[in-house]
Amino acid sequence: MVVGTSDDEVVDELLHALADATRRDIVRRCLEGESSVSRLADAYPMSFAAVQKHVAVLERSGLVVKQRRGREQLVRTEPDAVGRARQALEQLEAIWRGRAERMSELLAQVPEQGTQSRKEPGR
Amino acid sequence: MTVTSVEKDLDNLTMTLVADFAASAERVWELWADPRQLERWWGPPTHPATFEQHDLTPGGEVRYFMTGPEGDRYHGWWRIVAVQPPRSLEFSDGFADEEGRPNPEMPVTSVAMRLSDRDGGTRMELRSTFASREQMEKLLEMGMDQGLREAVGQIDALLGEG
Repeated sequence: MVVGTSDDEVVDELLHALADATRRDIVRRCLEGESSVSRLADAYPMSFAAVQKHVAVLERSGLVVKQRRGREQLVRTEPDAVGRARQALEQLEAIWRGRAERMSELLAQVPEQGTQSRKEPGR
Repeated sequence: MTVTSVEKDLDNLTMTLVADFAASAERVWELWADPRQLERWWGPPTHPATFEQHDLTPGGEVRYFMTGPEGDRYHGWWRIVAVQPPRSLEFSDGFADEEGRPNPEMPVTSVAMRLSDRDGGTRMELRSTFASREQMEKLLEMGMDQGLREAVGQIDALLGEG
């Protein structure tokens, strides 16, 4: 598996992004569906520019993506398609790695009729 | 190490895992063919599986549920596409509602498993493919969005906000 060299930086960005209540609220709203920056700005007692700054922090952390459509800037939580495919396949990998390990452990046990006694480690 | 390689094909939404076992193909096959042995590895330790129906013939169905720490149950099904004991098994793998009926809202994957002899042991090649990008999205919606939502909620709770 390819491990990024800047894992710590990614985590730092993520923690910084989530350390603010407004930003967490933006993430929650965008999980429900995409929202425009101006609609988000209406939801908080702060300026459009301030909300835009929050969105920029979230964007850098990879928690949301911003897309321009016409005159609107739309914000959503969905990463790109390749990123999503990787995530989904990593979930499958984790599931099946666990299963293969458990299969291996079972095979290492002495097959028995009942389940009462397992082989004690040899002395 | 049991798992010797894992490949992920992002274009074809396929994950291929290769594992080597120090046992005969017949013995490894038993882990799939005997539901009582299958139960001991299918679910993670926190969610052991119970197989209620287990018909490994073409077109046959398998039904099971996994039980969580709170007694919560998650039902699943397989539909067998092809089977060749003790060498290969192909099936669709999905989730079900409480009655065990396949739930179309939940993701389905195709699984192809093959056993071959290798260095006195057995190599298992397991390929798991999302039927479509839509199916893949369903898995992510189930896991990631839920996980992110919970994580955000926990941070709120930790900081005493929200």
